Amino acid sequence: MTEIRSTAQELARFRLRVVVAMLFVCVCLGLLAARFHYLQVVRHDYYLTRAEDNRIALLPKVPHRGTIVDRNGVVLARNYATYTLEITPSQVKDIQGTLDELATLVAIEPRERRRFMKLLEESRSFESVPVRSRLSDEEVARVVSQRYRLPGVDVKARLLRDYPQGTVGAHVVGYIGRINQRDVERIEEAGETANYRGTQHIGKAGLEQFYESELHGTTGIEQVEVNAGGRAVRALSSIAPTSGNDLELTLDIELQRVAESAFGARRGALVAIEPSTGGVLALVSTPSFDPNLFVDGISTQDWKALNESPDHPLLNRAIYSAYPPGSTFKPFMALAGLETGRRTPGQAIADFGYFTLGNHRFMDDKVGGHGMVDLHKSIVVSCNTYYYQLAHDLGIDNIAKFMAPFGFGARTGIDLPGEANGVLPSPEWKRQRFRRAEQQQWFAGETISVGIGQGYNAFTPLQLANALAALVNDGKLYRPHIVRYVVDSRTGQRRAVEPEPLREIPLKTSNIRAVRDGMVGVNISGTGKRAFQGAEYTSGGKTGTAQVFSLRGQRYVEGRVRERLRDHSWFIAYAPAEAPRIALAVLVENGGFGAQSAAPIARQVMDYYLLHRQAGEPAAEDAVAGELEGGEQAETAPTDAAAAGAAAAEAPAGSLR
Amino acid sequence: MSNWRFNPLALVRAFLRPIDPILMLLLAVLLGYAWVLMQSASPERLDNQALHFAIALAAMWAMAWLTPAHLLRLALPLYALGVVLLIGVDLFGEISKGARRWLDIGITRIQPSEIMKISMPLMLAWYFHQREGHTRFVDFLIAGALLVVPVGLILIQPDLGTSLLVAASGLYVIYFAGLSWKLIVPLMVALVIGLGSVVAFGDTLCQPEVDWQVLREYQKQRVCTLLDPTRDPLGKGFHIIQSTIAIGSGGLMGKGWMEGTQTHLAFLPERHTDFIFAVLAEEFGLIGAVVLLATYLLLIVRGFVIAAFAPTHASRLLAGAITMIFFTYAFVNMGMVSGILPVVGVPLPFISYGGTALVTLCLGVGILMSIQRSRLTARKA
Repeated sequence: MTEIRSTAQELARFRLRVVVAMLFVCVCLGLLAARFHYLQVVRHDYYLTRAEDNRIALLPKVPHRGTIVDRNGVVLARNYATYTLEITPSQVKDIQGTLDELATLVAIEPRERRRFMKLLEESRSFESVPVRSRLSDEEVARVVSQRYRLPGVDVKARLLRDYPQGTVGAHVVGYIGRINQRDVERIEEAGETANYRGTQHIGKAGLEQFYESELHGTTGIEQVEVNAGGRAVRALSSIAPTSGNDLELTLDIELQRVAESAFGARRGALVAIEPSTGGVLALVSTPSFDPNLFVDGISTQDWKALNESPDHPLLNRAIYSAYPPGSTFKPFMALAGLETGRRTPGQAIADFGYFTLGNHRFMDDKVGGHGMVDLHKSIVVSCNTYYYQLAHDLGIDNIAKFMAPFGFGARTGIDLPGEANGVLPSPEWKRQRFRRAEQQQWFAGETISVGIGQGYNAFTPLQLANALAALVNDGKLYRPHIVRYVVDSRTGQRRAVEPEPLREIPLKTSNIRAVRDGMVGVNISGTGKRAFQGAEYTSGGKTGTAQVFSLRGQRYVEGRVRERLRDHSWFIAYAPAEAPRIALAVLVENGGFGAQSAAPIARQVMDYYLLHRQAGEPAAEDAVAGELEGGEQAETAPTDAAAAGAAAAEAPAGSLR
Repeated sequence: MSNWRFNPLALVRAFLRPIDPILMLLLAVLLGYAWVLMQSASPERLDNQALHFAIALAAMWAMAWLTPAHLLRLALPLYALGVVLLIGVDLFGEISKGARRWLDIGITRIQPSEIMKISMPLMLAWYFHQREGHTRFVDFLIAGALLVVPVGLILIQPDLGTSLLVAASGLYVIYFAGLSWKLIVPLMVALVIGLGSVVAFGDTLCQPEVDWQVLREYQKQRVCTLLDPTRDPLGKGFHIIQSTIAIGSGGLMGKGWMEGTQTHLAFLPERHTDFIFAVLAEEFGLIGAVVLLATYLLLIVRGFVIAAFAPTHASRLLAGAITMIFFTYAFVNMGMVSGILPVVGVPLPFISYGGTALVTLCLGVGILMSIQRSRLTARKA
């Protein structure tokens, strides 16, 4: 009985417990239902947005950079597709370990590793940093198959910049490099941040830098659905990028190549201009460098080699270095004499070998002088005494006033970055240049030095070439330019860069004729005779020698002076003489007499340009032309003229920095 | 012999006899749901899951065919075997994901803790059955001891989720066996206070230098992540953040089958196993979630009805405990996926991909069916 009752009791108790458990279950499931209601109804909008944010990403589509071709369509800068191996540092815990791991899959040279570490320091951690480019298909496959265990490692298809001409024309074309913090700031200032999203490279030098806005193009946007791994799964919508515009140059890369090889191992610069348009045909600065080194980020070693070389290969001497023009200044002085009425072509002076100012003698190179010298002869034999006298008669203010319109001592406005001003000296300039009162004073002797292109005068090869172009173009001065057409990437339309006349210098045709006759005489019977012997075209020229080092009264004997202190060798020339198609200026650093090293280079360039003949045929070009040149070393003695000489020595050295 | 005739209808009837139609219908609804979700979450696993379905249903049928008396006879040997295997696991088990859970017995790898989910309530039901009518307090102590041994063995593997489930299954039996409310109420109060204080002082407790003593580091991390998922949004909090986004973005009607962006773009982790509920909520919305809740509720009601009318004390306890186990699985899983419980590895019952849990659960359904049939035969008798 008790047994049954207790059993019944237990059953009743059990059923009560079941009811309680059921209530508990209902409460808990109700709690869940409430939670679902909260998430799915009350907070639905919020979570929907979160899900959309999760899934949609805006990816920049980087435009193709415009290409650069020369005047004949030869490619100077282009893009090529390549696979690069990249690491996103923020996703990698152990970078060295990952690199070791990768090294087992693809060859990674120590050099590339060092470059990667350098780039790593410069980059932000969420940007992917290239380890290696130019992966072969097999290497790509190997990395991709192992990618699952290498988080943060990616193989990306990228367009890399390629400069097929290598060192030829490198200073003109320039190069691109990875965007650094300074670039970012500049981009921000220009309000271009959005357009550079996704872009990794930017023009750093030359045309690549100057025409950055043309070459870069417009970045497109792709709206993509991404998965949890951040990989794009499918495209939702996209705005296609617009490729950058292409550049077509006035430059002739073959002419450039001829000019560069004519320099050989010598340092120097050459600028060749088409006088009727201001188009630059060749712009050389030697030694040059390989712009391809910069594309993936230059290695420390390569950078050190370029940057610390005493030859300064990265320096564009043609536009950045200013040198005293030496005797190449004389034709312009002669023109000044004629235009101001201080001289007539027929008027001759007696040259006894020196010019006296006060109690100081300015010496001519030829002991005993050239005898009676008129304007023509003064150019042909490069007579210093004639120009000492002329400078004295004109006075420094008139010289400066006359020379300024030719563009001396002012930026030409060429479409390249980093052009130097140079110096066209005047009392006014000296007052601004120096701080101490005794230095600010202009000495009459300094005017005499300026007359033969020494002293404070310092012009870039570009300035000299452009001034010559204006001289042979009847005073019409153009802004020199390298780009001839900008080719619109969408329409294919060629937007011409019109020759831009800066000014027309009012010059009498007969005066120009007289000076040009003198320059033609130089190449026939004067200091340029040897270099231009047998030329199948007529030409005009003028040699020049710029002092690097003042000898303080001693005679300049080349062999005795250390190479770096030897004079710079100049030559300016144009051809054909009647209707010039090319005007150029050549400078060979420490090349000695102008006729000796600079003039033959000019000859080779002109032969190629006018006759399409490569160098090598006329023999003995480099023969010593000492007696022909007759020397044009102005022997500057102490006192004020010596100060001028010292300044001349400083100018080019300073400009190299 | 002579009157034996081949009668296909009779054969089918004999085959269907152990099956409870209501439980079968509810199970069919759940498995159908699972099939639909699996097509969206992980279609490449459908073939495997079909195999799991077949094995699980066969196991269920076998259980239903047995009588509760048969089962109870197995209670003690099964329990003993389970404990021995658990000791074996702790000593020789294979390590996977930082825990020793599997035992290689030559032919195949088994997870002895899974056996315990069934044999634990079976053992305790058998024990209380022996004490029917004169259950005393000491019996509860003995039951507690029988419970603590395997739970402890599983906890040191370590496997918090399973040890909690096994502990729960035993505690349910003890509860139904009539543990005094005087003990249950204070225990519940202590639990609530304990959890409440963890939530309240979560920030301090989750400082890295605080050592929780009783829980392992990863378990501490899970609790802390629940308290504040944003503390590690791309690491441990990722699961919870992404699953709540999936659930919330589903809205009332859902994004539509196969249209869940969280699911298909792989933002949802473990989307075919522990987090499959988020797939459901994203694609079928609140309505789909409530349908699932209702199905579970009906399953639980049916289980409790079977328990309430079961003919013997043991079968009552067993049915009640098994029903509560279904509830526990469902509640803990959905609670963790929707972010109100910590992430413990508990699958969504009958829905999540995987054979082991499904077989265990279907064994439970089979036992319920067996008990239901024993009641019917007892009434006839």
